[in-house]
Amino acid sequence: MPFIPHTDEDIRRMLAEVGVDSINSLFDEVPSDLIDPGLPGIPEGVSEMEITREMNERAASDMLGPCFLGAGAYRHHVPAAVWEITTRGEYYSAYTPYQAEASQGTLQLIYEYQSMMSGLMGMDASNASLYDGGSALAEAVLMAVRANRKSKSGRILVPDTVNPMYCDATRTIVGNQGITLETVASNAETGAVDVETLEQWEGEDIAALVIQQPNWFGRLEEAQALTDWAQRNGALVIAVVNPTAMAVLTPPGEWGENGADIACGEGQPLGIPLSSGGPYFGFMCCRKAHVRQMPGRIVGRTVDLEGRTGYTLTLQAREQHIRRNKATSNICTNQGLMVTAATIYLSLLGAEGLERVAGHCHANTRKLTERLAGIKGVSLRFDGPYFHERVVELDRPAEPVFQQLASQGILAGYPLGRHDKRLSNALLVCATETVTDADIDRFADALSHALAKAA
Amino acid sequence: MSQESLIFDLGRSGRYARAQAPAEHADLADIPAEFRRKQRAVMPEVSELQVVRHYTRLSQKNFSIDTNFYPLGSCTMKYNPRACNSLAMLPGFLDRHPHAPDSTGQGFLGCLYNLQEMLAEVTGMKTVSLAPMAGAQGEFAGVAMIRAYHDARGDDGRTEIIVPDAAHGTNPATAVMCGYKVREIPTAADGDVDMAALQEAVGPQTAGIMLTNPSTVGVFERRIQEIATLVHEAGGLLYYDGANLNAILGKVRPGDMGFDVIHINLHKTFSTPHGGGGPGAGAIGVGERLLPHTPIPQVGEDNGQYYWRTEKDIPQTIGRLSAFGGNAGVLLRAYVYARMLGREGMTRVAEYSTLNANYLMTRLKAEGFQVWLPERRASHEFIISLKGEAKELGVTAGDFAKRLLDLGYHAPTAYFPLLVPECLLIEPTETETVDDLDGFVQAMVTIREEARHDKEFVKGAPYNMPVRRLDEVKAAKELDLKWQGEAS
Ligand SMILES: Cc1ncc(COP(=O)(O)O)c(C=O)c1O
Repeated sequence: MPFIPHTDEDIRRMLAEVGVDSINSLFDEVPSDLIDPGLPGIPEGVSEMEITREMNERAASDMLGPCFLGAGAYRHHVPAAVWEITTRGEYYSAYTPYQAEASQGTLQLIYEYQSMMSGLMGMDASNASLYDGGSALAEAVLMAVRANRKSKSGRILVPDTVNPMYCDATRTIVGNQGITLETVASNAETGAVDVETLEQWEGEDIAALVIQQPNWFGRLEEAQALTDWAQRNGALVIAVVNPTAMAVLTPPGEWGENGADIACGEGQPLGIPLSSGGPYFGFMCCRKAHVRQMPGRIVGRTVDLEGRTGYTLTLQAREQHIRRNKATSNICTNQGLMVTAATIYLSLLGAEGLERVAGHCHANTRKLTERLAGIKGVSLRFDGPYFHERVVELDRPAEPVFQQLASQGILAGYPLGRHDKRLSNALLVCATETVTDADIDRFADALSHALAKAA
Repeated sequence: MSQESLIFDLGRSGRYARAQAPAEHADLADIPAEFRRKQRAVMPEVSELQVVRHYTRLSQKNFSIDTNFYPLGSCTMKYNPRACNSLAMLPGFLDRHPHAPDSTGQGFLGCLYNLQEMLAEVTGMKTVSLAPMAGAQGEFAGVAMIRAYHDARGDDGRTEIIVPDAAHGTNPATAVMCGYKVREIPTAADGDVDMAALQEAVGPQTAGIMLTNPSTVGVFERRIQEIATLVHEAGGLLYYDGANLNAILGKVRPGDMGFDVIHINLHKTFSTPHGGGGPGAGAIGVGERLLPHTPIPQVGEDNGQYYWRTEKDIPQTIGRLSAFGGNAGVLLRAYVYARMLGREGMTRVAEYSTLNANYLMTRLKAEGFQVWLPERRASHEFIISLKGEAKELGVTAGDFAKRLLDLGYHAPTAYFPLLVPECLLIEPTETETVDDLDGFVQAMVTIREEARHDKEFVKGAPYNMPVRRLDEVKAAKELDLKWQGEAS
């Protein structure tokens, strides 16, 4: 019996103690027409050796070559120590640290994570994680509506330069609470939001403005001016940012005169493997005034009976297990192990290492896009500063080209036409620090080959 | 155990793990100064060895399944097989980009598809979506689907979700996130739902009911079919909180009980790790009525080719719940586990978790502890109330919990469900040996003896942990949520 240690003698002894003659008698309170349905659709169990063979074959069939795809998930080097330590049983197989005295390892680690994340974002406080970047934006929207006491409208301004998958998730999650997301159109030439565009909302009751930096097209938004406009108009600012980029870009806490109110995003770039989209983790930081409106776990430092430093979950009166229908969110289990990995990753890199990684991402993307722009049938789409993603425009629909290059083992970027027909010829490309010159050569050659035939 | 410094305090300016970053700085001159960070973030400045040693030492301050018996009720802390981890972390799975075409992910998508099929079969539901990231997100998806169902029928007077008073906090919190009012109903003295109160609560305003079965008081809801009929006849739907599925896996199916939508905590029943607070996976099973509203993406199959089904395939979907397809790596772990168990193994999970719980309950009762529902069978968990000990000896459930840590046992869930005074909710799981269960009984007896001799001693526990009891009031009042530099 896999993973069940009972011997026949154990079973006999235990049944005798309980005073029944069979295990089935323990189910005698279940209505008899419900018991033992039989499970014809489930195969017989297999041994570890057999499932290992199957999984090895499956994993081998999924291997791919160079990756120029980003669009919300990024291939970075993950130091070996990160997952060696993270998968230690003491982290891997522990529960949420409710029993603080028996969870000081996880609790101190989360406190360190909160410190690093607050520092990276330039914000006052961080929670211990949400599910992912998309659902983190949804939670940030709900939080902003709670925190902005002056606003009654539930109206949120969301530029069309915010990751469309994040917008979809947000719509699903906040849709039943009287909140509306209003689209702000970006400048078609620059692929970024002009502050002037916001003037149509001047003087209206807006709960919050979302600003993604770098934005969905990889472009840098005028975060300073946008933040000042929003806060002048009584709206809170929700920053959606890439954590790697924050090593070199102005962090949300320093946007405009007062800084953003909430910063959130996808933590995956910090030591989490791509693994088909998860598990990753959502991060969320805020300014001090909003801490009590933040969803999720928060760890605080305190002292024990003998005055020694210790760590514990705090401000739990925000959470579902205490407040039930008045909680800030229904979130319970979050993405703790991913935060463990990210904390180890950030410790290994430090500000210095992360800055180098970020710098190489930017330089490789510059190199890649300059190279691609030299190919006949390829041009650069949006003008202006970028971080590690850029839009290139082909002379034909991008989707078939993407599929064709994938069949050659090259992930050629993200076809933007999936979300906007006007961008059907556009590919969002990305080159992180893991991309080599040889990879770029291979991509450029394959692309010029694909475009050599008449469209 | 000695105190471990914060990682920040171990650092020296200019130190970092040099093997882990490019040797040179890249040229960033083309990013205008107005977009550039002015001052570096405060981060640890430590070597690779310092990092490895620090986080290894911190790990040693945790209790975990791998090191301790962990009978945390409602949480199903059973052995997390190591093969599930190592096979989910094969390079072909880890390196796959979520936007890579389906054609290049057949190995991965095939696992997910098979997992969906197995979960649908073992729960008796029509289809399964693996999109939700944890139990609470599964609840959200399920209740949002209930809402979409009523909305699609133009049935918009349904404003309430019924929730038993014993329910987990995520249930009422979820109902509110979906725009519903919560109507709480009491639990009867026999542990089942109070039928008279339910009858009173159900009406044209009822959108649905959220139930856990076996319930959070650790017994099987015997009148479940009656409840299903009652709610359905009133036009409401039934949501099944699958946190306790371990108790009935393969023995009884929520679909057969009459539930319209369910979630399964794969990080409980399918033994994926809790990771000190996630990641989990809250797969949902969907019945006939709610099929059109299934969340996206879901894995489909067409002529042996697996693909992500999207809004095109499910136009009335409630939508997506995250940027990608769910906690894929967790799902791979659950798949490996499900395959190793197979048909018979799944049923055995229910049988042996139930055997262990009933044995432990019987033993504790024999030692004089007050079982909360002594006339009932335990499911995979049960409640003891330490009200008597609190009154006679002056030691509470919380005191027992803390002293158990000293004796090497993780505490059971304390003070949940809310309706039982001084309760411990105890879930031993099927992967523990009878000797470990006996050891736990002995520990409980020892603590009671200690309390008889010196209650202050028990109230002062724990003594053998890295810290003694913590000042939680100070933690909440004088918020210290991050390192502020050496001065602090
Ligand atoms: C009964 C019950 N329902 C729901 C949940 C929520 O599940 P999760 O923590 O995965 O969101 C839990 C677990 O914490 C639970 O015990």
